[in-house]
Amino acid sequence: MRAQIAQRTLRTDRWWLPPLATFVGLLLISIYAAVRTFMGDYYWVDEYRYLTPMYSPCLSEECLPAAAHFGRPLPELPGFLTPPVVIIPFLLGFRVTCYYYRKAYYRAAWMSPPACAVAEPHAKYTGETRFPLIAQNLHRYFFYAASLLLLINVYDAIYAFSTGVGLGNLVLLVNVGLLAAYTLSCHSCRHIAGGRLKHFSKHPVRYWAWTQISKLNAKHMQLAWASLIFVCVTDLYVALVASGTISDLRFVN
Amino acid sequence: MGYQGHFRVWRGSDQGGGLEDFTVEVNEGEVVLDVIHRLQATQTPDLAVRWNCKAGKCGSCSAEINGKPRLLCMTRMSVFAEDETVTVTPMRTFPVIRDLVTDVSYNYEKAREIPSFKPPAGVAPGEYRMQQVDVERSQEFRKCIECFLCNNTCHVIRDHEENKESFAGPRFLMRVAELEMHPLDEADRVPEAQSSHGLGLCNITKCCTDVCPEHIKITDNALIPMKERVADRRYDPVVWLGNKLFRRN
Repeated sequence: MRAQIAQRTLRTDRWWLPPLATFVGLLLISIYAAVRTFMGDYYWVDEYRYLTPMYSPCLSEECLPAAAHFGRPLPELPGFLTPPVVIIPFLLGFRVTCYYYRKAYYRAAWMSPPACAVAEPHAKYTGETRFPLIAQNLHRYFFYAASLLLLINVYDAIYAFSTGVGLGNLVLLVNVGLLAAYTLSCHSCRHIAGGRLKHFSKHPVRYWAWTQISKLNAKHMQLAWASLIFVCVTDLYVALVASGTISDLRFVN
Repeated sequence: MGYQGHFRVWRGSDQGGGLEDFTVEVNEGEVVLDVIHRLQATQTPDLAVRWNCKAGKCGSCSAEINGKPRLLCMTRMSVFAEDETVTVTPMRTFPVIRDLVTDVSYNYEKAREIPSFKPPAGVAPGEYRMQQVDVERSQEFRKCIECFLCNNTCHVIRDHEENKESFAGPRFLMRVAELEMHPLDEADRVPEAQSSHGLGLCNITKCCTDVCPEHIKITDNALIPMKERVADRRYDPVVWLGNKLFRRN
């Protein structure tokens, strides 16, 4: 028999603040991403070849030909669907199954638990043992897919330099830098690089890679937020330039 | 500089109990355990508290202070304001014996369920040889002082008593990881981690790491790597293909 304590928690600090901040942050970013996804416009700056990462790669028939760096192999999407719906499942899947985001939304959105030593409101708990949450184990697949998309984003950022250098180029560059750091710092990446080995001494190169990724991995949460926010910043910048609301600050040309 | 501190301590047994208020002297440099001892010496000689080393190394004085799982001997009084009421309760996850003392048998039962270290055949104790880089990861987990604060805070069993049977808790999933990563351990511990020790119940919300007084990165270095090993076996197409092509086990 446990000690009989009626209160849900006896914590006196503001334990509700971090999950609340996480919830609001994720909600705002989700709303922004949904609006931009279904806007279907202002994703390409023809003059400076800026392509927002949210629309990269642009693969369907309705893509602007110049923005479709890898052709338009897909037919026109039906109804209200826009080009990003082809790639967003992979990007979203990578973030949703990420070990950091899992902690974030299990706490903030599902309150399981809302904070440490604060009782959760659910009567039953099966964790990640059954459908749908057992699908969290697919993080590895999404890591492979996101790595591929990252390479495409790197290509876009380099391709944009073909018309000179502007602030947009720097924004795209910082964006791929943060995305690369977030992707590399992933726990699956750390495991694949060397974590799965039993004898580091027999694999010095993989051990070195594992130690480097481990350093990045310690900052996975910060990189998750920084890269997520900066994708939105990058998209907003491209959208503002593409719509003519602001003009790109040019350094060269 | 001493002051009169306000304390609220849970007193009772498995038959029932509640929080009782006390005013007790607090001196500079003291920890919560010192004040609990003063309470015993001056006001409540029958107050039960388990303690031993007073140095954060024996793991005996685990309790909850202002709702947070902590060691009584490693929580300085200076972190509280002088007019703040400090609430001390026993660990919630385990059955209470009396006052601040809980029955932590669950942990020892779970420890016994894990098969012991299995060295290679023909290698006798004293003949073990291994590289430091290979054994480093396991050594981090050996810092554990078995205070069981991680198991206490883990919501899988804290909020769901019924999961105790199927869940070893972060402390013992870390033990599985320690042996799995040990360069000389030859047992295959991955299938049992998922099937017998309840790794799938963990939803990596990291409270075990947050409360660990030894600052062991339980989630990042033990639980997630174990989850990744399970994913290797069950869910990764590339590993599956590699195993087929290179005829690996």
